[in-house]
Formats: sequence, structure tokens, C-alpha cells
Amino acid sequence: MTQVSMTVNGKAVSGVVEGRTLLVDFLRGNLRLTGTHVGCDTSQCGACVVHVDGRAVKACTMFALEAEGAQVRTIEGMANADGSLGVIQQAFQDHHGLQCGFCTPGMVMSAAALLKDNPRPTEAEVRAHLEGNICRCTGYHNIVKAIMAASGQDVAAIAAE
Amino acid sequence: MPKDSNVGASPKRREDIRFLTGRGKYTDDIQIAGQAHAVFVRSQVAHGAIRSIDTSAAKDMPGVLAIFTGADFADVGGNPAGWLINSRDGTPMKEPKRPVLAHGKVRHVGDAYAAVIAETADQARDAAEAIVADIEELPAVVNMAQALSGSTYVHDEIGTNQCFDWGWIEDNRAATDAAIKGAAHVTTLDLVNNRLVPNAMEPRASTGDYDPGTGEYTLHTTSQNPHLTRLLIAAFVLGIPENKLRVIAPDVGGGFGSKIYHYGEEALVLAAARRLGRPVRWTASRSESFLTDAHGRDHVTRIELATDKDGHFLAFRTETMANVGAYLSNFATVTPTFLHGTLMAGNYTVPHVYVNVKAVFTNTAPVDAYRGAGRPEATFSLERVIDKCARELGIDPIELRRRNFVKPDQYPFTSAAGLQYDSGNYDALMDKLEELADRNGFAARRSASEAKGLLRGFGVNSYIEACGIAPSNLVGILGARVGLYDAATVRVNATGSLAVMVGAHSHGQGHETVFPQIVADMLGIDPASIEIVHGDTARIPFGMGTYGSRSLAVCGSAVVRATEKIIAKGKKIAAHMLEAAEGDIEFAEGRFGVAGTDKGVSFGEVAFKAYVPHNFPHEALEPGLEETAFYDPANFTYPSGAYACEVEVDPETGKVTIDRFVAVDDFGNVMNPMVVTGQVHGGLGQGIGQALLENTTYDANGQLITASYMDYAMPRADDLPFYTVDHSCVTPCTHNPLGVKGCGEAGAIGSPPTIVNAVIDALQSGGKPVTHIDMPLSPARVWAAMNA
Repeated sequence: MTQVSMTVNGKAVSGVVEGRTLLVDFLRGNLRLTGTHVGCDTSQCGACVVHVDGRAVKACTMFALEAEGAQVRTIEGMANADGSLGVIQQAFQDHHGLQCGFCTPGMVMSAAALLKDNPRPTEAEVRAHLEGNICRCTGYHNIVKAIMAASGQDVAAIAAE
Repeated sequence: MPKDSNVGASPKRREDIRFLTGRGKYTDDIQIAGQAHAVFVRSQVAHGAIRSIDTSAAKDMPGVLAIFTGADFADVGGNPAGWLINSRDGTPMKEPKRPVLAHGKVRHVGDAYAAVIAETADQARDAAEAIVADIEELPAVVNMAQALSGSTYVHDEIGTNQCFDWGWIEDNRAATDAAIKGAAHVTTLDLVNNRLVPNAMEPRASTGDYDPGTGEYTLHTTSQNPHLTRLLIAAFVLGIPENKLRVIAPDVGGGFGSKIYHYGEEALVLAAARRLGRPVRWTASRSESFLTDAHGRDHVTRIELATDKDGHFLAFRTETMANVGAYLSNFATVTPTFLHGTLMAGNYTVPHVYVNVKAVFTNTAPVDAYRGAGRPEATFSLERVIDKCARELGIDPIELRRRNFVKPDQYPFTSAAGLQYDSGNYDALMDKLEELADRNGFAARRSASEAKGLLRGFGVNSYIEACGIAPSNLVGILGARVGLYDAATVRVNATGSLAVMVGAHSHGQGHETVFPQIVADMLGIDPASIEIVHGDTARIPFGMGTYGSRSLAVCGSAVVRATEKIIAKGKKIAAHMLEAAEGDIEFAEGRFGVAGTDKGVSFGEVAFKAYVPHNFPHEALEPGLEETAFYDPANFTYPSGAYACEVEVDPETGKVTIDRFVAVDDFGNVMNPMVVTGQVHGGLGQGIGQALLENTTYDANGQLITASYMDYAMPRADDLPFYTVDHSCVTPCTHNPLGVKGCGEAGAIGSPPTIVNAVIDALQSGGKPVTHIDMPLSPARVWAAMNA
């Protein structure tokens, strides 16, 4: 068992973990930040995406100890300071980009990483970027639309209510 | 009250706030002090005799608290089938026991035969690996035809792998045979409805708890219907009084059918919690989900369509083998029968229909209802053979369908498969489809594709489904062992806020937003004052849960009935307050008034008076304002639709790309268009997945070789297009108070044949004599068909 320390959503945290403890288990189990989800065991589904030092990372693919000293951001850290939804979160609500909500935290974190590097992605770029995030509810239509809207693009022409 | 929150508007979903901020509470998010962890030991062979299970090394490993094997549950009940199907000869279906843990034999890869409970999940996993089982591998029964002809049995005690041999309608068989024999034209098609894994993104999870002080059990579990789960565990498996078992299904991350059913893990964590005096939790890995969640579809079918020389349908006849897997899941027997055979007249005035279904046990995971459940299989068979027939007769595929549609003046229409359709207008749907799909522009788009070296095809489909499951009287006659009503309680608090307790469970469908729209409209109040409570047997009256596109049509109707009772009670209270006769009280826009006067009291004043009943005449007027209604539908509802898609096929690689997809549906009245559109999108995603990507493959030894997201092709964002969705063609349901039909499954039902029809159209336009390809239409399959 080893002590690990990192900054999560701006707050210094630490805990004692086994070498095999995954970052996602540290976040969910030790810190009780259960917004980061586990949907598979092969790093395919993307429900566990968080940001580590500004990069989108699947938290099931990284040991907690590898995040020693890192700046970690999770879905719980995505709202505005006053508690209101951030731009991407708000776009997901506005455009019905979620249904059961299980993949949603990973989708939002993945979208945030995309928009940081590519502030006005095309539809094809959004779809390609989401290759590592699986949603079973929405057929992706409203997720893609929400991300494009969050980037400030006019999505009114895209069919749907 | 804000207008944009009324019925027919699309207020944003209130549940989104917690999901978007990471504050959803799914089963695995909930920790209970003192919890221990369960890990299951699962069969690695498809079929085997358990000779011995040696747990001696495992039980002394660090953290291990208990180990269970099948022997521990040999004396308790099994997980039952919910629907009795009788064979054509009148004999009942075969129902072998489905135990909590396998005992004597293992019957599919993933069949659990032991469970380890330890302080941590890692310790339980380590110990599970130290359990040594001597399992003698037996020949596996995988292929359905071989299962029916061979002498290796999944369940030795029943001496056959045939669960039943069902005919629908048996009395129609001779007439159907005669119609086909005498027909001018018969189109025959052999097809496979590919086996799918539902793949809700949240894996199944369950936590059992037991309070020795009260004798009460609590189960947190990933369920679409907590009351049904309670009933099955209490009455059939563990023998607990229902009032000592509380089942909580908190936020649930998708279901699509797979979380309707009771699974053995739920019983085990409860039994373990009682033995250990501690909460016991379990969460499936995705691999376990692939191996043990109930799968969907898996039909092998021959369908024949007889027509006269002008393409008028004379008869449909189908023979189907339906895989039920190794054990009967709760609704495994109704899915390929009454949810499939009764839809085999489609949207058509065909006079004769006969359906034969043989259900087959195999050494594979159980198969049960998956989004659409029987109706996608019916629609796929019908709409593929109709398309083939159109090509054989040289009739335009839309014209052929129109020629046989039930017409608007024929309702109520009793189909040749025995259902009574209450409303519909299939020509109007097709008109709308032709407009939105821009069929007139297709020729130019095809030329443009051809100029790029690609083949373009146009495919179309009409579907009808039976939803709003289901009238208890009817399903009881047909073999259901439960009633299929639903229930709601409307509780008006003293200060005017409401809690509405509903039997339907929301796991993506938006009930928390939509049900308040309905109640608010009826009561003339702000929907923000209404809270929806669901998913907890201790907090809701009763409920049969969410599946079969039933939540709004059945539970929503119960909400309406309960709200009507609130208004009726409110009138009594208002009459007392206003010193008027009850019959003179009118209720409109949130106000109880005396007819013909300006005297009145608000809904809020009545609510307050109900709980502060000073000077109530208590013999005549009870305090309180809370009402419960159970609603049992008079009939199924019949959503219908017309879908079109255009595909491009690359003849070099066989890759199919969907260029445009249009879905036109008649769901009856629409409460929240945003939510309805989202439901269609999701169904389309799953239907397109079935058509192009997804397949569940067992090898000859019964090993599941598509057991992860690296092997099972889930649709990704870049596999799918933007969809055009329309639900402006409305024929309201005639028998429920909202006039609604249900929208949850339509997309998954209507899309697969549309896509296959389009691909065949593309290939034939390129001169390839291909008449059918079994799904999924992967590049390899399409290329092989083109180059056969």
C-alpha cells in the first residue's frame, strides 16, 4: 500500500492505494467522486474519461499512482463556480444530448478536450473524436449536435426538435 | 404558468442536472457501511458436468468471508418463466429449473457455479481464482437445427432441446397453406435475425442488505421494474414475504430489455447478506455482461408471401426457430411468440397468416426481449420478403405496400394475425416519408454516387408494432402469469407541492420531466411543483415497470386516472368550502369554482384545507388529498411508421455508408417532442447497429467470441448519420386517456429492413443479382455477396 497525492478539481487530495488500484477506482472509491463511471474493462467505452494535466485520459487505463502530483479534473469539476452548468454541460441539456446519463460524464470530458484543441469542429471531426466514447441511448445525433452548439456553431439546420 | 412546460412542449429535462454534474446515483455509486463484495465463479465451458468444487484453498485466503456454491441453493426455488406457451399439440412448454447458482451441470459459458464474498472486490477475485472445480466438459449444443435433431440435451431431465412448437393461429394453418398453394406468385426468403447483446452502458449491479432487527431485506439493483423483481425473488426464489423485501432501482444506466429480468446474482447477494449479517455488493464487469445479460433476437426464419398477379397479398407463412439459450429468462417465451407472431400481418389487409415458432434450448446465454422484442423480428421478415416480392413482380416497393395497406376507414381493423388495430393511417405516413426523403431527387443522387464509383440504394419500410403492454384480460388468456397494468399515486402536500409515485421506471426515458407536464396541465399548476418518485418498492404503490414502450400509455394513463381522482376529491372539498353543491363545482385552470358565479377557491387553497380540515363533516369528507389509480389497458397500442434510407456501397470494399435516414412515425399524441425524438434516435442507433455492425458469435464449442467491445461492433458516433425524424402524422390511440401509443422501440423495429432493402437496391443497381444478405451487412459479407 502506498500513499498517493494529487489535485482533483482544484482540491489537494491523498489516499493509500495498492499498486494495482486504477485511477478510476481511486476517484470513485477513495474520493467518492462517483460521476466518473466504469462501463467496460477494455478501455473502449469512455465512460471514465477525466482530464489529467489537461489531457483526456481513460481513468480505467491509468494506475492511481501514475497520477501522483497531477492535476485531475472530473465531471464534478465542470460546472461554473456558481454551480450553474458549464457551456458544454448546458449544451447537452439544451439539445437532449443524454438519456440514461451513464456515458454522459465521459462524453462531456471528451468533448471538452476536443473543443480545447479544436474550437469549431466539423460534424465529421466531432464524430471521429468520439470514437472512444460509446453511448447506447441517443444514437449520437444529439450528442454531436450539442458539442457543435457548445462550440458556438449554429445547429438549427440539423433536423430535430 | 410557463407555456413552454405544457403538454406538447419540450421543456428541458430536469434529471439532466444531476447526470451532467456527476451526481447521478447508480447502484454501484451507493456504498453501505460495512459492505462486503461478491465475485462470481463462472463456467469456462459451454456444457459440463460439475464433478466437484474444491473451495478449501480459497476460503483461507485474505479477506474471504464466505463461499457459496450451487449446493447452498439446491433447496430454494428457481427463477421462473413469466409466460406459459402451449405447443401446437396442446402440451405445455418445457420449463427446466433455473437455479441461483448452477448445480450438477453448467449450461453456458458464464454460468455461475460459485460465489466468493470477501472484504474487498480484489480479495474476492483473488480467492475466486483459487477455487478448483472439476467440470467434465460435455459436447455443446450451439446450432439450433442441430439442437433439435441431436441427442445431447441442455437439460437432461426434459429429454429434448425443444421448449415448445407453437402455431399461430393453428386454425388458420390449412387456409394459409391453401392460399399459398393456389397463388399466382409466391416469394420465399430464408433469413437470420442476428443475435444481439443489449449493452446498456451501466453493467448490472446489485447490493443486498439484511436487518436482523426487523427481518427486512433491502436490494439495490439495476432494474427496469423493481416490483417485478421483488415478486420473483420473494415468491419464487428465496421465499421471503414481499413486505420484508424492499427493492430499490435507483438511477439505472440504460436497460433496453436486459434489466427487466431477475438474475441469480440478486438472490445471491441477499442470501449472503443474511448469512453474513453485512451488506454484500456485486458489480458486473463488461465481460460478465456479455456472458450473462439476456441477449436478444436470434431467429432463423423461412417466410413465404403469396400474392395474386397484381401483387395483392394473399398469405404470409413463416417457420421460425428461436433461440432461448440455456435457461428460460422471465419473458423468453412470449418474445418470439405473442410479441412476434401476432404482428405477422403487418400493416396489411392480407387475409391469411400462419406462424410456426420452435423455441430451442442451446448452451448459450439466455435470450429474451431486447428493444422491440419480437416485433423487430416480425417486421424484418415481412418487410424483407415484401421487398423481394416487389422486385420479382416488377412493382415499385412503395406502391406494392400501398396496394395492401389497411385504409383509414377500416378501423378498428382485425388483422389476420388476430390483433385489433384501433387507429392508423399508413398512406399518410408514406406520403410524408416520400416528401421528407425527397424520393424525386434520388435519381440525381444515384448518378452522383455512380460518378464517384459508388452504388446508391434506396430502401423503404412500413412497420406496425403492439405496445402499451398489455391488457391483462387478453394476456391472461394467452398465458401470461402476471397482469400488465400499472399504477400511480398522486400525493398533494398541504402547501400545494405534489409527489407522484409511479410504477414505471425511468432509465433514460425522461419520465421525471414528462409526467409532471401531464399532471400540471390537468391541475393548472406549475410542473416545477411536481416531483416524480419511482424505482423503490417502499415509496411507490406498485408497478410493472418499463418495457414494451408502455410507460406513458399504461403508467401515464394511471397518472391521469389518479389525477382525475384528485380533482374529484378536490371538488368535494371545494363544495364544502364554498357551501355549494358538489355537482355545481367546476374545475378549470387550477381553480374550483361554483358554476354560474364568480365564487371559487384555488387548487392550493383546497390542498391546504384538505390537511387543515377544521369543520370538515368527517363522515362525508375525509381529510387528506392523495389518490391511487391502477390502469389496465383495454387493448395494445399500435404505433406505426414508414422509414426510408439511402446508402452508398463501395463495390471495391463492400463498405456500406448511410447517407440519409428518414423516420416518420405515428405515435398518437406526443407529450414532449424532444423526448420522443430522442427515443427514435436511440432506436435508430440500435437498429442500424443490428443491420450493419453488431453480431453475437458463439463458436462450435459454445465459446462466446464476441465478448468485449474489441470484438462486438457497437455503433460509434462515426458509424451513424444525422437522422430526419417526424411524428406529425397523428392518429390518437382510441382507448387510453392520453391518446398515446408509445415511442421507445420504433426506431429499432423499423430500421433494420430499411437498410437491408437499400443495400439490395444498391447492389442490384450495379447489376449484382443479390437478393438477400444476412445482417450485419459488414463489408466482408457485402463484398462476398457481390462477388459470389
